[in-house]
This record gives sequence, C-alpha cells and structure tokens, in this order.
Amino acid sequence: MSTTNIILCGVGGQGTVLASKLTAAASMAKGLEVRSAETIGMAQRGGSVLSYLRIGSCSSPLIKSGCADLVIGFEPAETVRALSYLKQGGTVITSDRAMMPVTAALQGSDYEGSKMTDFLKSLEGGLIGKLVIVNTDQALADLDSAKVMNMVLLGAAARGGYLGQVGIEDIKEALVKKVKPQFHELNFKALEYASV
Amino acid sequence: MHKEFLMGNEAIGMACIAAGVNVVAGYPGTPSTEVLETIAKENDGSVYVEWSVNEKAALEVAAGAAYSGARTLVTMKQVGLNVASDPLMSLEYVGVKGGMVVLVADDPGPISSQTEQDTRTFAEYSKVPCFDPSDAKEAYEMIFEAFALSEKYNTPVFMRPTTRVCHSYQSIDVRDYAEYEDHRPEGFVKDSKRWVIFPKLSYANHAKIEERNGALSDEFSSNERNSVTAGTVRKGIAAQGISFANVKDILDDAREQGKKVPALLKISTPFPFPEKLACEFMKSVDEVLVIEELDPFIERHLLQVCGKFGVSVKITGKLTGTVARSGENMPDLIAKYISDFMGWESSSCALPQTPELPVRPPVLCAGCPHRASFYAVKKAMKGKETIFAGDIGCYTLGNAMPLDMVDTCLCMGAGLGIAQGVGRVKPDTKCFAFVGDSTFFASAITGVVNAVYNQADMTLIVLDNSTTAMTGHQPHPGTGHTMMGEFTDKIDIEKILRGIGVETVVRQDPFKLDEAVETVKKVADEPGVKAIIFEAPCAVLFKPETPYEVDLNRCVDCKMCIREIGCPGVVLKDGHVAVDPALCNGCGLCSQICPCEAIGKAVKE
Repeated sequence: MSTTNIILCGVGGQGTVLASKLTAAASMAKGLEVRSAETIGMAQRGGSVLSYLRIGSCSSPLIKSGCADLVIGFEPAETVRALSYLKQGGTVITSDRAMMPVTAALQGSDYEGSKMTDFLKSLEGGLIGKLVIVNTDQALADLDSAKVMNMVLLGAAARGGYLGQVGIEDIKEALVKKVKPQFHELNFKALEYASV
Repeated sequence: MHKEFLMGNEAIGMACIAAGVNVVAGYPGTPSTEVLETIAKENDGSVYVEWSVNEKAALEVAAGAAYSGARTLVTMKQVGLNVASDPLMSLEYVGVKGGMVVLVADDPGPISSQTEQDTRTFAEYSKVPCFDPSDAKEAYEMIFEAFALSEKYNTPVFMRPTTRVCHSYQSIDVRDYAEYEDHRPEGFVKDSKRWVIFPKLSYANHAKIEERNGALSDEFSSNERNSVTAGTVRKGIAAQGISFANVKDILDDAREQGKKVPALLKISTPFPFPEKLACEFMKSVDEVLVIEELDPFIERHLLQVCGKFGVSVKITGKLTGTVARSGENMPDLIAKYISDFMGWESSSCALPQTPELPVRPPVLCAGCPHRASFYAVKKAMKGKETIFAGDIGCYTLGNAMPLDMVDTCLCMGAGLGIAQGVGRVKPDTKCFAFVGDSTFFASAITGVVNAVYNQADMTLIVLDNSTTAMTGHQPHPGTGHTMMGEFTDKIDIEKILRGIGVETVVRQDPFKLDEAVETVKKVADEPGVKAIIFEAPCAVLFKPETPYEVDLNRCVDCKMCIREIGCPGVVLKDGHVAVDPALCNGCGLCSQICPCEAIGKAVKE
C-alpha cells in the first residue's frame, strides 16, 4: 500500500500541531498507520518549523526530498522553503500572509508575501500540480476568528482529496472528539471555507 | 492492548507507568522533557514524580528509591548526564535492587543542545547497559525489557532515544490499565556491605560487572531487537535508531523496484555490543557501510569484531569520512550514502531558483522580560569595559542583534565562574553574569559561594521570570509548587544570596526602564560581589495586556524602537513602523524607548 506524505510548515507558534494530530486521528480511525515528527524546542521561538506526516506503512517519520504528496504552508516563505520536499506534480495549499522576521525588520528588508505567492504561481502546472492560495486576512475576517487558519488549510486539503484515504468527514469526526463542543461550529465553517 | 497516537517521549512515559514505576525524578531538557511530564499527568496517583533541582540530585533520589526496591526512572538530556555522571559512575559499581532506567535523550544536529555527545559511548565508559530505540513503538516495548534487565542484573540501564525518536509520533499498541504491572517495593534494608562503596567492594564488583557485560553481549546477540535482514549481494549496512528507520525505508523501496539490496544489521542494544550477532553478519558480507548518528560507535565495535574473530571485511562509515562525522543523518543524506555504496544512480531533481527567503533565527518573545533586563544593563554600561557572561535558558537568545548582550555561554551555571575568571585577568572590567531562576537553583549557587569566598568583583544578574521557560514552564524551587501538585514555600533567591554573604541584593522590575538603568549603574559601581534580581514573569504565562500602537502623526520613522530592542512585535508595515497587535503583549518597553512619544496603549474603538 502506498504512503501519503504530507509536510506542514510555518513559523513557531502558528499551531501546525493540531492540524497534524487531527489528520493522524482521522487516519487511525480508518485503521491506517500514521507517523509524524515535529520541531520542538528553541526553534519554536519564532523560527521556521516543519512537521512531517506519513499515512500508511513506513519505518521513518521523516520524508525525503521530492517525496511529499502535499505541502500545507501556514506562511508563504515557509511554503517556498519546503518546496524541495514536494514531488513532481504534488499539491501545495498555503496561506498568503507573510510573517516578518525580526531580522528583516532590523535590516529594513522588504520581504513581501506576494513575491512568494507569485513564485508559487509560476510553478503551477510544472512542479506544483495543484496550487491553493488562501487569502488569510479575508478568511479570518469572514470567519471572525484569528485561530482557525489551520482548519481552513486542512479543510481545503481534505475536500480536495489530497489526504490520501482521509476525507473531510473523517476530519470532522476526529475534530468532534478532540475539540470542545463550543468550537465545533466555528471549526466546521473553517474546514468548509476555502474553495478548492 | 489498544492503539494510541503517541509521541516517543509520551510512549516512554506511558510504558514506565504500565511497568509499575514507583519513583520518577529528572531535570527538564530538550528533547527529554515530555517523558516525566507524561508520567506526572497520566499516572493514577500512585507514582512519585519530581522535577529535581538538577540531574545529579535526580539520580541520587532515584538511587535511594532503587536501593529500597522501587522501580525508578531518571530523565535528562545528554548534557544533563554530565551533571549526573558523578553518582552514576559509582552507582554502577554499587548496583541497585529495584529496576532503574536512566533515560538520556541525545540530540544529533545538535538541534537544541551544546554538544553532540553520545550516550552509547558514555554507556561503555560507565559500563552501564544501553538500549537505543529506532521509533516510538520500539521505545515503548523496550522500557519493559529495560526494567526487567535492570532487576535481573541489579544494574542501572540506559534508555537513550535521540530527538527524532523522542519527538516523532506513531500509532502504537499500548497496554490497557488492567494490564499495568503493580510493583510494591519492600523499603530499604540495611546492608552496609552492599550499599557503602569502598575500594574493596569496588574491586570485587568491577570484576563481576566485566563478567556480566561479557555474558550480556551474548544475551544481546540473541535478543530479537538486534537483527540481520538478509540481502541479495555480499554487501551490508549496519544502522541504529532513526537512521535504521530511514535506511529500511530506502531499502524497502529498492527491493520493490527490483534492485539488489544489501544485508541490514540493526543494533538496538549497543552496549554491551552483541559481538556474536555482528560476527555472523560480517561473515555474510565483503563490505559494510555503517550509518549511525553521533559517535562511530557501531563502526568501532565492528572493527573490533574483525580483529577479535579474524574476519576480513572492509568497513566504511564515519572513520573513513564516508559518512558525516557531525550532524543529523537526514533521509536525503542516507539515500546518497546508500546509492554511492551500492553503485545506484542517485536521483536528484533540480529545483527552480527560489526568491530570497527570510532568515528566521529564534528570538526572545514579544514582551519577554529578559529583553528589558538586557537592555537596561546595556544602557547602564554603555562605553564601559564589560563582560556579559550568559548561561543556559531562553536568555541565551539575548546574544542576538540588536541586544548583543551574551558574550559567553558554556553550560548550566558556568557564567558565574567565567565572569570571575575574566575579571582575574583584567580587573578593571565590569564583570556581569546573567542567570535564570531555574539555572540559579540547578547549578549557579556554588558559583556565588566561590565568588564571595574568593572576593571576586562582579555583578550577578538573576533573570527571575518565575519558571523554567525554555523547556516549557516547569516548576522549580522558587515557584512555590511541585510536580506532585503540592504548594510549598518558595525558596527565596535574595535570602540565599544574603545567606552566602552577598550584601547588596536589589530586586528590580525590568520594565521600569529608567529606574532599572539607574539600579544597574549604582550596583555595578559597588566593590565585591553584588546582585540584581530582575523580577517579571515569563510573557508566555500570562494573558497579554492591551497591545500598544504607533501614532503615525508623531512617529518620524527613526526606527529606534526596532534598532534598539528587536522585539518581534514591532514590525515594518509598508515601510513604516507598526506594532503587530497579534504579537504585542503590552509590556511597553518600546514606548519607553521612542524619542517622539509615538507609541502608546491602543485605544479600543
């Protein structure tokens, strides 16, 4: 059986962990094996973070370059950084909102998210088979919550069929078990938000 | 049994509970911390769990409990083992009664450590048997075997996962509550011939230990965790831990593609080294590639096996420069090693040139009190000859620009000694040592005693944020609560300092910038050993106050706020200075720096 390889990337503190755990729980409920690995420690303080998630039979939680079926990016530059993991024709689902590192502010550098998303667009049809860019500011305003970006991105992946055998209903079932009832409706809305 | 999705460290913790562990002691340190936290959170109240003041204390508490027949676990990161090594070296000679597992998490990379030391090498040096799991599932199962082995041979046993095993998650079979073991220790039984170490006892026990380790080598050769998977050519790969998992994935793929594959030796109990199994493996091949992280431990032992058993095999690895001597063996690197070894074509796809990506070094959080403390000292000492000796904790990040306030960092508690040493060479230097509250208790107090006794001239800055922040906010002697959830009297840092004989000890709120600068100037000018305790809680522990905002009518974009303190909450937006309300926690430090009074509390609409 083939393995579905997923990279979740962002900046420390953005909360990639819940998205990864929900997908894992949904996969386990289907009787699938899951492995994942995360960045923990000093890098969490505003550094680049990367989570690996592998659904199906394998021995290592780590993913080789060019072997990820899907990259879920919480920050556009981090998405670009993680592209080396993407397999030819793989899927990229990313937020467009740039997080400015302190070093960039200090140097007065002009890092802009649009540079990154433009670059991603230029790869569509080549390295990137399917690209979904979520307008994060718009999404968070529409959903009236600053905390559900992970569910917006994960929902896009699930509804697009990019999580292997795991679908949107599986994610919702896992969510009901993991998240407090008062947040179910908001999270469901977030999961359904992005168009794929 | 039932399935759970567990982090390696959680798996180890859950296995210890299921194995009936009675006493658990440790000191926090990435990547080991979650083991003890899991046990504290998940046990039914029958397990005694403590964060000890340091690793030496933890090991000694566990030793006493193990003498009393308790099953015990000690947890630490690899550099913590250096602190615990004094009691451990002797404990191996004395032995234990209840099972004792010493969990030491190694950190190839290193990802968040000072060294790339290898606990397998320490195991050989200390003669303590060692388990080396390749994933969370194996770590879970090994714990039961480690306790059994410890009790069978009355020896402490190392369990040494590496970061990628500690912090990877896996769906694994774990025991139901009904399947947990119930271990009841009988208590300490006096027997001075057994528990009091004397040269005569050490001599007698040393001989027994060497004999036992010889026997253990044979026992490990038939242990199923060490295995040989046959290949289709006379070549072999030897591997361990996460490297083994990565090698296995690559070889499984190759087999599927119909390629000829090498034999694969997996070493899960590196010490005492399973020589007989290794010898059989070596006889089946002409050439071996060893893929392991940290020291060339397996490689050296295979070389030894060749000489001892007269086997002629070419061995490549770290010692031949074939495999990198330092850093992690990431899957891409391993794929290249194997392709080169097997003569496979290596598949590399060229990536398009990416735009320049922002560098993201870790930084002190927005609102972190350490930033304010460092800045106050920096301002007060401007233009003076100084040394700022740093230490281990979040505040090591004070070295980053623009603060640039950490001149040295060595190991836990070392800053005090270093500040004294620098002053001995150039007495007119203003010598500062910065130490956090947890590190102060862990290993800085002796440094203060040394300074007072030897009449050093230095200023100690205690950065007291009331927690052990870097490793995830563990309690310590100054926090007023324990890992058992009990409230205790806080041990007062000022009283300790005064008790030692430090006469000038000033408590100061670092966020009152002008006042803090004056305090530093005044205190640093006094002779002898003096201390300032900067008191302000860790920014992560409390709900942020109202964020600040920039009044664009007043701001002249001088960017002094950004250039002086480098807070991640102050950003450039469309070329102008702005406060990111999602990050700002309202500490107000930037507002005290702004020369135009342009930064103030945001007014709610």
